[in-house]
Amino acid sequence: MSAAPDPAAPDPATPESDAAPAGPLLPELAYNFAYLDEQTKRMIRRAILKAIAIPGYQVPFAAREMPMPYGWGTGGVQVTAAVLGPDDVLKVIDQGADDTTNAVAIRGFFEKTAGVATTTRTSEASVIQTRHRIPEQPLTERQILVYQVPIPEPLRFLEPRETETRQLHALAEYGLVHVKLYEDIARHGHIATTYAYPVEVAGRYVMDPSPIPKFDNPKMDDCPALQLFGAGREKRIYAIPPHTRVRSLDFDDHPFRVQRFAEPCAMCGARGVYLDEVILDDRGGRMFVCSDTDHCETRQAEGHHGGMWGGAPGAAA
Amino acid sequence: MYVAAKGGEKAIRNAHRLLAKRRRGNPNLPDITLAQIAQQLTLAVDRVMAEGSLFDPELAALAVKQARGDLIEAIFLIRAFRTTLPRFGASRPVDTAAMLVRRRVSATFKDLPGGQLLGPTFDYTHRLLGASAGVEGQYDEVDDATDHVAVLAGAAGAGPMPRVTDLLGADGLIEPSPADAGEEPFDITRTPVTYPVDRATRLQTLARGDEGYLLALGYSTQRGFGRTHPFVGEIRFGDVEVSFFAEELGFEVSLGTLQLTECQMVTQFTGTAQAPPQFTRGYGLVFGQCERKAMSMALVERSLRWAELGEEKGAPAQDEEFVLAHSDNVQATGFVEHLKLPHYVDFQAELDLVRRMRAERAAEAGPEAFEEAAE
Repeated sequence: MSAAPDPAAPDPATPESDAAPAGPLLPELAYNFAYLDEQTKRMIRRAILKAIAIPGYQVPFAAREMPMPYGWGTGGVQVTAAVLGPDDVLKVIDQGADDTTNAVAIRGFFEKTAGVATTTRTSEASVIQTRHRIPEQPLTERQILVYQVPIPEPLRFLEPRETETRQLHALAEYGLVHVKLYEDIARHGHIATTYAYPVEVAGRYVMDPSPIPKFDNPKMDDCPALQLFGAGREKRIYAIPPHTRVRSLDFDDHPFRVQRFAEPCAMCGARGVYLDEVILDDRGGRMFVCSDTDHCETRQAEGHHGGMWGGAPGAAA
Repeated sequence: MYVAAKGGEKAIRNAHRLLAKRRRGNPNLPDITLAQIAQQLTLAVDRVMAEGSLFDPELAALAVKQARGDLIEAIFLIRAFRTTLPRFGASRPVDTAAMLVRRRVSATFKDLPGGQLLGPTFDYTHRLLGASAGVEGQYDEVDDATDHVAVLAGAAGAGPMPRVTDLLGADGLIEPSPADAGEEPFDITRTPVTYPVDRATRLQTLARGDEGYLLALGYSTQRGFGRTHPFVGEIRFGDVEVSFFAEELGFEVSLGTLQLTECQMVTQFTGTAQAPPQFTRGYGLVFGQCERKAMSMALVERSLRWAELGEEKGAPAQDEEFVLAHSDNVQATGFVEHLKLPHYVDFQAELDLVRRMRAERAAEAGPEAFEEAAE
């Protein structure tokens, strides 16, 4: 399933040849390593350094317009481009999977513009760009996890104005978030936030962990890997340095709890992992499989099988 | 047996091949050329240049073609290309009084120095679909010499065509245009914007903002949501020269000409204890012939100035952060359309929660309540 560069694949960075008729037009364009020019990368690195120095604080940065749409990972792509070196091994996941279309497109972008090695194996990657998940396999201090972030502001849906939320952060005035969580409990009996669940970083800033399920929140705490968050459209970068305390907000009488699945993965039999629900037919048939495809395939290769395992992965695709 | 869906790469490749085929359409028909797009779909090209923030008709034509006529997609292509271009400095301010004027109308004076020049406009055409509307014929009888009025400063027999606002300004009837401080302006493409913003940031953001969005906001001010009592002082469209002061050379060099539409909206202002009654300005400036956009921009620009003019706030078009933060169609379309990306993981979390809450409620209230909730 590793993504070999395909000469027939459309080029995301240059106009397609069939659209360019004869005539004096663009000269052949050459792009810098990892697309962005060095000045821009330096600017992004400065923002990253500041973000690491102030864990959980949203650092404004002059996000560039990228050749993929806003909301599709431009922030993560810029952060990855700024930290990527020629010796890095890149893994890109979306919803935990390496083969979802947007993950494929972003991995292809860096194969093309940076020529770096890519992998689907969590253990082999030095940089992992992710949307909506943290890999099941614990990360190490040799790895960087880059999150794609749609809305970096944890207070945004409580207070839409940047001018206001800036002040609330400056004063560490996070009462609004607690009121929201409390109202959930009053109304539903428990906290009804299931993803993008707010966390407090290093005892100071409240941070949006990006729309990962709250199942993944505990993995952020004391994580040996550097965690970087890029929001391109909103022009913000923030970070969790290695081994930083990350606490999901809660109450003494309503402690933070993660989702639990009743069944194990139907393919690899794993328990205690995040599962995708797959609808099998129109008569209510469904199954649950690992959202983290690498984790699932590794376990299958090691001989773990779930109830619906039918052979080596990919054999019947 | 179940095998999870694979093959994202192959699917993407096939989809893009199909896109290329659909873009070409029926191969028995001649391929549309970039020159045809640039010459015959001028206003589409102009809009792409304006909102793409890059003045290059050939590239804009290419973008229109590559985007199959989807102008926001074309604008996106231009922006993604623009971002890779080096920026070597800021030009000298362009002088629209020295414009080679192709169209100039004022709604505030019947006649004025330089006259009214209708130019190529849809105004006063009857919108009758068909050959009689002049798609065919007619055009070859037009004498190109009447196409523009040469008023380039220093040209023999013609001075600059004064702007209406300059005429009003001479009597102090309208607020002066802010003086050029000589500083390099804030660049919204190179620095993150923080609110509140200065004038340069406001104008830049509006100049690349979505035409439809600004049109609706401008319209809302006319319908009573933050009324500014506007008059079109002047709209002018034509060619201006752009020059650059080269430090190494010690003098200005001309970089060429570009086409601009400028709109000066004259609006009412009743005065305060400190300032006498005076007209105020709303300003619109856009690449190419984009009159609707320039007018809308001028209306919205004026609305956003409520605070400095001591007006009351209350209308959507006056809300700076709301107006500016949502004006960019490349940002907007990206984020709206990202909803079609997979969200399995978050949806699974919500699904789990809803099931759990329904189960809890059913357990609490018995089966009748559960059925009600399911309806």
